[in-house]
Amino acid sequence: MRVVLAEDSVLLREGLAGLLERFGHTVAAAVGDAPALLAAVEEHGPEIVVTDVRMPPGFADEGLRAALTLRRARPDLPVLVLSQYVQQAYVAELMGPGIGYLLKDRIGHVEEFADALERVAAGGTVVDPEVVRQLLARRRDPLQRLTPREREVLALVAEGRSNAAVARALVVTEAAVAKHIAGILAKLDLPPAGDDHRRVLAVLAYLRGRD
Amino acid sequence: MPTVAGRDPVSPARPGSSASAEVTASAEVTASPVSPASAGGPGGPKGTPPVARTALEALTRRPLGFLRSSWPWRSLAYLLSGALFGIVTFTLIDIAILFGIPAAVALGMLTIAGGGLVIGRFERWRLRLVDTAPVPDPHGGSPEPGLRAWLRVRLGEQSTWREFGYTLASLLALGWIDLGVLVLAGGLPGMLLTAPLQPGSPLPLGLLLAVVGAVLLPVTAYPVAAWAGARALLTRVILVPRDAELIEVVRSRARLVDAFELERRRIERDLHDGAQQRLVALTLSLGMARLDLEPGSPAAGRVAEAHEQALLALAELRELIRGVHPKVLTDLGLADAALDVAGRSPVPAEVDIVLPVRLPGPAEAAAYFVITEALANVARHSRASRCRIRGHLAGETFVMEIADDGAGGADPAAGTGLAGLADRVAAVGGRMSLSSPAGGPTLLRVEIPRGDGPAG
Repeated sequence: MRVVLAEDSVLLREGLAGLLERFGHTVAAAVGDAPALLAAVEEHGPEIVVTDVRMPPGFADEGLRAALTLRRARPDLPVLVLSQYVQQAYVAELMGPGIGYLLKDRIGHVEEFADALERVAAGGTVVDPEVVRQLLARRRDPLQRLTPREREVLALVAEGRSNAAVARALVVTEAAVAKHIAGILAKLDLPPAGDDHRRVLAVLAYLRGRD
Repeated sequence: MPTVAGRDPVSPARPGSSASAEVTASAEVTASPVSPASAGGPGGPKGTPPVARTALEALTRRPLGFLRSSWPWRSLAYLLSGALFGIVTFTLIDIAILFGIPAAVALGMLTIAGGGLVIGRFERWRLRLVDTAPVPDPHGGSPEPGLRAWLRVRLGEQSTWREFGYTLASLLALGWIDLGVLVLAGGLPGMLLTAPLQPGSPLPLGLLLAVVGAVLLPVTAYPVAAWAGARALLTRVILVPRDAELIEVVRSRARLVDAFELERRRIERDLHDGAQQRLVALTLSLGMARLDLEPGSPAAGRVAEAHEQALLALAELRELIRGVHPKVLTDLGLADAALDVAGRSPVPAEVDIVLPVRLPGPAEAAAYFVITEALANVARHSRASRCRIRGHLAGETFVMEIADDGAGGADPAAGTGLAGLADRVAAVGGRMSLSSPAGGPTLLRVEIPRGDGPAG
């Protein structure tokens, strides 16, 4: 995949570029601020964008705004956003197909990161487990009705995992996962959803429902 | 500084709990500002009776101790100087009357207007005779040189007008009262003592009266010291306004808090831009090294271990930064930072903070750390099943309440956390109160001025 990378810390930018190349991707451009990111995307037409949230000149949410701008121009452009902390408001605004939102610390879990990148590029939705945990922590009343195992499944689903991946993570059969998911959707009054990522969106929409 | 205490529980008692068994044990957490008057003066070692700092305090000591101390003499000197000063000034005006009333009035006015400042200074100076607490000058400095600038500053000061008033009172009444007290207190013993010298009186009777007079003489120390002490108190109240000192103390505290806050932010920024970025890069390198190494080889094991350690270090550093000054607070403000804290709380916490403006840095940080400490306490001690954080602006005050449905009985004296937070809140001009009856629920309430606290 051709990737455009935006990260203001030189150390991290080079580390990330090395990581992407290690997993067989091409870094078309690695830039250090939001205007350069917009220009690089324009020039290289990448298959996926990886961007930091906080970048020069304002060190606020330039990367995120750039991501939103890019998505408005090209709604199918996959974007993986890296953030220092969870910004609840932005999670709601940003989430959609082909969007990933990971905390920066996750980069260290190299394989997880590479896997998330692939899933976002394929049009999936990936949300950092920490974000999911925080959303779960805030929405609880109907969630109380879920069994502990169902809540585990829900957290993994919200991270954008497929039935097979959830089954592997929990060491159960895929059929068991499917049964749990049907139970969860029923308890949360969500319509049964077909593919993985529509299911993720439904769950996320539910989780942030009371924002 | 009293604060709200004994607040009613926010939520009704849980079903099943007996309302009659509810014991109300409310506690107050406030930090009182340091009393400026205790800043100086001779202080006795702990355990022995402290040394008296004013004539009035000395009066309450044992008679022998009081009479043998210097306080009666100091009181006498204080009244004498006051009386003499009054008389001398008044005499000057009397002399002027000889040259006509207008001249006297002019001299009087001149004395008060011109002498007010000097007399104020003199009164403050001689205050040390009967009051050993420090006597700061209430006048501010002149911003620019020149007589006009100086006059403008002085005439604009409340202290100056207080001095004019005090001088008038001193000349018209206080000096004379000083003299009167001296005469009345010393008159009878004086007459008795001089009885043997009276012409025509029998010597034995004269000597007897003199002995009675000598016995009575020490008693005069009491009215003299009492009036001297009272007059010194009056002088202090008028010429050494306490408000100015208090505000200055609070202001300097606010400055200190500001400085700490800036320093914390700098540390947070340095850690975040430096160590944290490097650690992320390190975990990334180690993670990639793991992929390149042959699984099961000794090197792979070592690198895997190093990778895990680096990930742990990163997590710990993140926690550390959160404790110093969290990034999310710096960037996004209190409401988002509260959501962040609540999201990590083991006890479900609902956040409802409506804050259309950013609070000043120190106030924001104080409120944030109240939330973290309160949620930590809820998780550690309360056995609560849920808690709720609400905050809103009420006029110029940010009011925040953290309530849980736990067992109550939180004691601010037992844990240092709450008391330390109350200090922090007080330093930004706010206050914190706690209601935590045994059996619960617990309510923590914080009020913080929206401005820059007392410094603003």
